[in-house]
Amino acid sequence: MAALDLELATWALDEAKKKGATAAEVLCVSAESLEAGVRMGEVEKLKSSRERRLGLRIFSGQSSATSSTAELERDSLSAFIANTVELARLSAPDPWAGLPDRSLHPKSLPELSLADPDSGIVDADRALEIARRSENAAIKFDPRIKNSGGAEFSSGRGQVLFVNSQGFSGQYVGTSYSLGAGPIAQEGEAMQQGYWYTSNRRFGKLEDAESVGITAAKRAIRRLGARKIKTTRAPVVFDPDMAAGLIRSIIGAASGPALYKGASFLMGQLGKTIAASGVTIVDNALIPGGLGSKPFDGEGLPTSRKNVIDKGVLATYLLDCYSARKLGLSPTGNAARSVGEAPSVSTTNLYLEPGSYTPAQIIGSVKQGLYLTETIGFGVNMVTGDYSRGAGGIWIEDGELAYPVQEITIAGNLKDMFASVEMIGNDLNWRSSTVAPTLKIAEMTIAGA
Amino acid sequence: MSNELVAPDKFFLNRFGMNHGALERILGSALERKADYADLYFEYRSAEGLALEESMVNHTSKSVSHGVGVRVCAEDRTGYAYSDEVTIDRMRLAAEAARAIADQRGTAPAAVQVGAPVARHALYDLESTPLDVPVQERAKLLNEIDRVVRASDPRVKNVMASFACERKIVMIVKSDGQVAADVQPLCRLNVTVIADDGKGRQMGSYGGGGRVEWSYFIENDRWREYALEAARQAIVNLDAVDAPAGEMIVVLGPGWPGILLHEAIGHGLEGDFNRKGVSAFANRIGQKVASELCTVIDDGTIPNRRGSLNVDDEGTPTSRTVLIEKGILRGYLQDRMNARLMKMEPTGNGRRESFAHSPMPRMTNTFMLNGESTPEEIMKSVKNGLYAVSFGGGQVDITNGKFVFSASEAYLIEDGQVTSPVKGATLIGNGPDVLTRVSMVGNDLALDAGVGTCGKDGQSVPVGVGLPTIRIDGITVGGTRA
Repeated sequence: MAALDLELATWALDEAKKKGATAAEVLCVSAESLEAGVRMGEVEKLKSSRERRLGLRIFSGQSSATSSTAELERDSLSAFIANTVELARLSAPDPWAGLPDRSLHPKSLPELSLADPDSGIVDADRALEIARRSENAAIKFDPRIKNSGGAEFSSGRGQVLFVNSQGFSGQYVGTSYSLGAGPIAQEGEAMQQGYWYTSNRRFGKLEDAESVGITAAKRAIRRLGARKIKTTRAPVVFDPDMAAGLIRSIIGAASGPALYKGASFLMGQLGKTIAASGVTIVDNALIPGGLGSKPFDGEGLPTSRKNVIDKGVLATYLLDCYSARKLGLSPTGNAARSVGEAPSVSTTNLYLEPGSYTPAQIIGSVKQGLYLTETIGFGVNMVTGDYSRGAGGIWIEDGELAYPVQEITIAGNLKDMFASVEMIGNDLNWRSSTVAPTLKIAEMTIAGA
Repeated sequence: MSNELVAPDKFFLNRFGMNHGALERILGSALERKADYADLYFEYRSAEGLALEESMVNHTSKSVSHGVGVRVCAEDRTGYAYSDEVTIDRMRLAAEAARAIADQRGTAPAAVQVGAPVARHALYDLESTPLDVPVQERAKLLNEIDRVVRASDPRVKNVMASFACERKIVMIVKSDGQVAADVQPLCRLNVTVIADDGKGRQMGSYGGGGRVEWSYFIENDRWREYALEAARQAIVNLDAVDAPAGEMIVVLGPGWPGILLHEAIGHGLEGDFNRKGVSAFANRIGQKVASELCTVIDDGTIPNRRGSLNVDDEGTPTSRTVLIEKGILRGYLQDRMNARLMKMEPTGNGRRESFAHSPMPRMTNTFMLNGESTPEEIMKSVKNGLYAVSFGGGQVDITNGKFVFSASEAYLIEDGQVTSPVKGATLIGNGPDVLTRVSMVGNDLALDAGVGTCGKDGQSVPVGVGLPTIRIDGITVGGTRA
């Protein structure tokens, strides 16, 4: 497959030049996956997939176009390339457009162990059995688990190949495995779902199936009897998943495209203090086996480890070549690419550096406040930093988790929230490509009854 | 091209060298075990996008994708396999993978006989789609939008405009021999404006579209309305004050605020969640779930709408489904599998994002029928409250019924008058309860302009919403001003 793609991609590059492209990139992505789902102990679904696509970015001078196709026979591909060259000519010439400076391409690529050497796609019977064990553990855990949204196991293997007309060529193969369970607890009329998952590039490193089910069951049960509280201002303790969402929000505003469009509240903040001094947020593409690791970025540039926020100071923006040129800065190896799209910017493995407190110490420090375990909705305004989201969690009284709460919102502004991070936990756990430990924010508005 | 419009089923047979015999053999293989039914979904999608930023149409893109999905259903189990290689061999492998969910059977399945295409609606038989309009003409419109917005107000700092259009050709071949085929055009024009008055910065967005021709955007200067509306929203928000926090009376404006119905009611009435008993609305048909002023409809048959379809993605013609009639819960949204398991009729709501996804019950265009109050009467009735006219996204937790939607343009109501604009705030409520608090319904029903996309279980599909002005007596507003 790999050799085949390289031959095809090289041919496509030549073809683009023959049709008049002055520069070009070709991205070939192929993937296979199998998902298996059970519900209430029975098989619910099996899904198997196979995809192979080719993406192009073609330049005609300073004008460019992107395209993608699944029609990979040479004849139709040749016509498609000609169409893309024509489309590029019709685009407005953009002085900032272009491939990276060729001196920036890496001489060699790091080995990041992105593929599991021992396991490929897990077969249907085994996948179903794992999902079944997980759901069964959830259902057996407590008699109040009376229903289930099911449990799902999936495995996938994908290959990325990227070449450009100035001689860069790179490829990598990755695998991923994940298991999630969503049991439902019932008491009287009330129903609550709990969810938990594990995800890894190595099959053998997944959290045990039963423990995923049991954690999901506990999370469903602890939501039973949730009530609404009166509107107030109080400290909010973000659990690790919620804290991860929060760092994703602020780092989103440090992304090049948002900045040059003037659509970010972090404009002009480079080198300034934007968070409490305990806050260091790292983007590290080079973690071996990391879910977000990449040996090169979406434009063929080297990837790296960097502190985006360093002890509260905004140390770097995240940039692809285009946004870097617009902002007069250097690209940071954060170009992301999906087939058929122009480069965009994304984080790789993003995390908040852990602090020294245990989660219990953080909760224990709060007299009256919210332990936040879920948010719903999309109420984050990147232009202003205003933050208002639906919330649920557990009310803290005198340092103890007291009772579940729901149908409330939390609101503030990301600038104020990060400036008032009071405590950071020591509980960093890599389940996703963005992770954070427990985090306490001094005070937010909590709206309820 | 015109041939595709007349006979999309022939399009697949010709393009991929298929014939009825081959399709029958593949469906036969899919049904080899003890399955209830099987179907094949063929899709060929071409799409183009154009985007302007900083007064340049510097992003152009096009894509072609195609593939086939093979589905096998046995009781409540679904086997699904897809490939973007549309060949007999690939489809046979997919059929083998998909049928693995079914038990072995003793007897041979009945032979499948593929027939002629079934009847379908004709909601968007266009003369031409925007894909047929020269790229230069589309680019010219984006440049014109940029010019108009920048000229409208000196506080405009940046304009982003985009035009996306696609044409999907689909064919569904079912194991009962029925074939449904359709050509589904879709396009959308979007404008985003950033305004800055030296004290602060705000963004406004507006847009619209549907299964329409290019001329739709030119008629009545619709493009200009989108452009100026985006600018107006950004500029209004420059003066926004902190939003209040807590429970209060909320008046929702007409049109896009219908996202309330989509989140609070619609998802909870999808057949799959109710069959499994995981929805807060499960087993509540015939019960009162809204004030008697509320009648809520899902209608996939409105011509040219973004959420409309001639046939759903399982080949069932779409329909108009009464979800709530004068406050009483009447119906669910069904695909074939959930309808069969719940002993109900399919409602033409089986939808999927693409050949890479298995269908499930989804909304089409969801809206509330008119009441008798005028919008002025509704406004005057409120002493203190919030008037919300535009929203970003929303989300719902099906199981506990809690939903949110985030206002992007809202005002305080004081003594029956609309006063200061307030900063965006999330509204949170309880689905089975929120419509019981509707105390007035306006006579100004409007459908949204055609920008909605709904996500469920990782699949996005285009949808529409609509609402007349309504008054809700108490919903929690998530501002910062406690």
